[in-house]
Amino acid sequence: MGVTGTPTSIKQGSKTKGGIGESTLRPDGTLKVTGEFAYSSDMWHEDMLWGYTLRSTTAHAEIRSIDTSEALAMPGVYAVLTYDDLPTEVKNYGLEIQDTPVLAHGKVRHHGEPVAIVAADHPETARRAAAKIKVDYAELPVITDEASATAPDALLIHEGRDDHHIGHVPHPNIVHRQPIVRGNADEAAKRADVIVSGEYVFGMQDQAFLGPESGMAVPGEDGGVDLYVATQWLHSDLKQIAPVLGLPEEKVRMTLSGVGGAFGGREDISMQIHACLLALRTGKPVKIVYNRFESFFGHVHRHPAKLWYEHGATKDGKLTHMKCRIVLDGGAYASASPAVVGNASSLSAGPYVIEDVDIEAIALYTNNPPCGAMRGFGAVQACFAYEAQMDKLAAKLDMDPVEFRRLNAMEQGTLLPTGQPCDSPAPVAELLRRVKAMPLPPEQQWLAAGEQADVRALPGGLSNTTHGEGVVRGVGYAVGIKNVGFSEGFDDYSTARVRMEVINGEPVATVHTAMAEVGQGGVTVHAQIARTELGVTQVTINPADTQVGSAGSTSASRQTYVTGGAVKNTCENVREKVLEIGRAKFGSYHPAWATAELLLEGGKVVTDGGEVLADLVDVLEGESVDLELEWRHRPTEAFDLRTGQGNGHVQYSFAAHRAVVEVDTELGLVKVIELACAQDVGKALNPLSVVGQIQGGTTQGLGVAVMEEIIVDPKTAKVRNPSFTDYLIPTILDTPTIPVDVLELADEHAPYGLRGIGEAPTLSSTPAVLAAIRNATGLELNRTPVRPEHLTGT
Amino acid sequence: MDFLRPASWEEALAAKAEHPTAVPIAGGTDVMVEINFDHRRPEYLLDLNRIGELREWEVGEETVQLGASVPYTQIMDHLRAELPGLALAAHTVGSPQIRNRGSVGGNLGAASPAGDSHPALLSAGAEVEAESVRGTRLIPVEEFYTGVKRNALEPDELIKRVHIKKADGPQQFSKVGTRNAMVIAVCAFGIALHPETRTVKTGIGSAAPTPLRARAAEDFLNAALEEGGFWESGKIITPSIAKQFAELASGACNPIDDVRGTAKYRRHAVGIMARRTLGWTWEQYRGNGRTLEGAA
Repeated sequence: MGVTGTPTSIKQGSKTKGGIGESTLRPDGTLKVTGEFAYSSDMWHEDMLWGYTLRSTTAHAEIRSIDTSEALAMPGVYAVLTYDDLPTEVKNYGLEIQDTPVLAHGKVRHHGEPVAIVAADHPETARRAAAKIKVDYAELPVITDEASATAPDALLIHEGRDDHHIGHVPHPNIVHRQPIVRGNADEAAKRADVIVSGEYVFGMQDQAFLGPESGMAVPGEDGGVDLYVATQWLHSDLKQIAPVLGLPEEKVRMTLSGVGGAFGGREDISMQIHACLLALRTGKPVKIVYNRFESFFGHVHRHPAKLWYEHGATKDGKLTHMKCRIVLDGGAYASASPAVVGNASSLSAGPYVIEDVDIEAIALYTNNPPCGAMRGFGAVQACFAYEAQMDKLAAKLDMDPVEFRRLNAMEQGTLLPTGQPCDSPAPVAELLRRVKAMPLPPEQQWLAAGEQADVRALPGGLSNTTHGEGVVRGVGYAVGIKNVGFSEGFDDYSTARVRMEVINGEPVATVHTAMAEVGQGGVTVHAQIARTELGVTQVTINPADTQVGSAGSTSASRQTYVTGGAVKNTCENVREKVLEIGRAKFGSYHPAWATAELLLEGGKVVTDGGEVLADLVDVLEGESVDLELEWRHRPTEAFDLRTGQGNGHVQYSFAAHRAVVEVDTELGLVKVIELACAQDVGKALNPLSVVGQIQGGTTQGLGVAVMEEIIVDPKTAKVRNPSFTDYLIPTILDTPTIPVDVLELADEHAPYGLRGIGEAPTLSSTPAVLAAIRNATGLELNRTPVRPEHLTGT
Repeated sequence: MDFLRPASWEEALAAKAEHPTAVPIAGGTDVMVEINFDHRRPEYLLDLNRIGELREWEVGEETVQLGASVPYTQIMDHLRAELPGLALAAHTVGSPQIRNRGSVGGNLGAASPAGDSHPALLSAGAEVEAESVRGTRLIPVEEFYTGVKRNALEPDELIKRVHIKKADGPQQFSKVGTRNAMVIAVCAFGIALHPETRTVKTGIGSAAPTPLRARAAEDFLNAALEEGGFWESGKIITPSIAKQFAELASGACNPIDDVRGTAKYRRHAVGIMARRTLGWTWEQYRGNGRTLEGAA
């Protein structure tokens, strides 16, 4: 990894080992690769029961009746609960709009919706009992797309909507609509020498995290409940759980348990409320673990989208205008749809200078599976479309696609379609230059091994479909822009508690946050920050729970920025307290206590000149410092509902990719040979983790380019491939070489100048692969994922 | 569900005779998935893992007698020379873990049209040795597949061995999936040259209700090779012959549209694989080395 840029200079803690900028190893790494890490599905409690969820077998139906008597009569069954058993008036939950029933009431709106829950002394008993519940469904017509959702006689997915979006949407089956208008696109179009337009389709991607939804609820003696669960945001869950249970929040004590990946799929509630209800009803600990099949119904997916775009450019390659319309399918419940609409619309122009835009994004209510957060969050779908448009324009102008992009690339100071200026480095042209400058992988690598073709280097891989016949190489480029942190005026804060004391003769810092470690490496980074800020090597990271204030969500590429920022801030305040104690104890021994800039380094108080004033052990003897503080990034504003104008985002993240593919043009099979990435990360707090995030995001983008898609039957709205047999994710043989070039251009507004990094590589990876396949085949390819049928015209 | 654990083959046959609904299980890579998904709830599971002879094979003069439970890994490691097509097919089965447990006996028992070993068995020529307390019979593999996930076994019969003709010429196996490893076949094609009889045999997988041979393609090719004196001369097969062979192979398919691929694509892909694998095997036949191994 080459690192270039203007890294933030670090003074405090620069001499302490294991601080920021080092590739310290993750504490859970070895445990995970050796299979010893305890995931939320591994929990066990004496006398525990197993919960099971009965889900709808149909996508849209009235529930005429539910008969649980046979299930309840089964030996080993402790409880069977339906909507009628919910204990309070709060029977719905939801991230923004509380439109999701804890258990179906009178109606089911999508395939796999929870209808009843069972607790039994064995998971198999619970499953068999659920099979004995008789649900009488009266089928309703299904709504599956914009046409059926907004037809004059369309059934309403949710009747009597009273959420804060209903006032500005054109139809009650539209969750949210965000137009953005700047300049005059129609007028600007007159200046265009070329105009290209296209319709693009983005398939439904699944987060496909490897640890299915799971957790355990243990009833407490005080009438409360302890919930151990894999989630992305403990406090958001808590706000949704407690009212349904009729408990004050302090009586629902949540602890994060081992999370096996998230990617947005754990932002919404899954089994949390169900397990608590069953535990409180039976008085016994209840564990719920979804299997892979159920997991496909247990969380929201990435919004499938239809996108229409028009761009114009002058003959010297300058963009004149852009118009687009983005239709996201939110499925049966709102989940994160409104925020996804905000992102898709505000980032729909990509990282380009376009003065005149006319943008509209909507999310639909349909009977398709609910869609919500997934890595890239609305920006992914837009990037797929606008990058295809850039290639079309470049081709029409007979320009190099990279040069065309560089010519129009935004930079620091550029106004986005929302009118918000980009106030930190935006090295879009430089990232493109870098990926293009990387050496190309050698041709025909399958011949390298010897006389016989190495099929592992060919499309089809081990399936032995070609020894080079029909194989054509293609190269493609893409670049994207993603916002970092929660936008549109959300109070996006985090909380960190830091304690400093002497344990066994050593100064030790303890960091306690509610941050969900979902694999992103936050716990590693928190320890690094504490070492840097407090000059100690011993740092304990406490388990995440709700005994400390909210850390916000592990999503939107925000945790290193926001909870990392909170840890940094609390550490700085702790440091000041430590120095105050030191001054009080030892200030009279040396004038530098009063006059010099003091640092904590290697367990000592030192002057900025390096003179040691005291050991922290002596300063903290008989004392401890313990602070819990909230920290927030700069406030943002809502987008105007008519014009989309507003300073809605706090920071942006940029990545560019070059994809090199080999396509078997006869069989329509693709082998991605290399996906080179260049990304600006502001400051790499842990360079190894940074590269890991970029490679992971890149691979997830590759997945939706060539294989990953939840297939929903348009006639029934039922999911056709809820398994890893037929929902394919890349294997290691599908994962290309991913050379990564990291830039560190500091954002002066962010802690250490860092930039959130987790999502940006997921954006540009997909369109780069598509561009490379188009380059190899000459086909237009307006949808992703690309299937062999699309490449062979069959 | 009762779990029967016979200690010997005789006990297994007796158990199957007593409980004809018993489902035999060895590696469990198919059966356990079905049970876990609740797709089937057999009254009895008949565990064959204590019967060591099912994991043995014997290389004879004409055939390899392959025990029903010999895992795919063993075929890849030890029978590549004798059964090159099957070894190639074995390499495309699932993941290393699945290949360590899955076996040809299981593939035959499940009789899924997507089973990876079927095209290799069909093209090599094979007979399934089925046994019951009533006796033993050999079922030509072409007659073994009777429908989607149905086979010719009687309720009291178990698969003991498969007698697979040893390769007397080059063999190939090719499979289309939408991922480069660990994927279920969208469709597959196997081919074996039999210079001793001057015939070519084929097998198509996952493109019809059952695995099948492309008989018309074989007949056409056999006649064309004979008439043109190709077997003697070893000359390059005329592109028009290869093309027609491919078209006839494609025409032998009777596929469906499903979540893994369209019927049209399956027909198309089988044709491409037929042309390519014929080319590869014929090149090997022409080559001096005249090795019998597949290229992968």
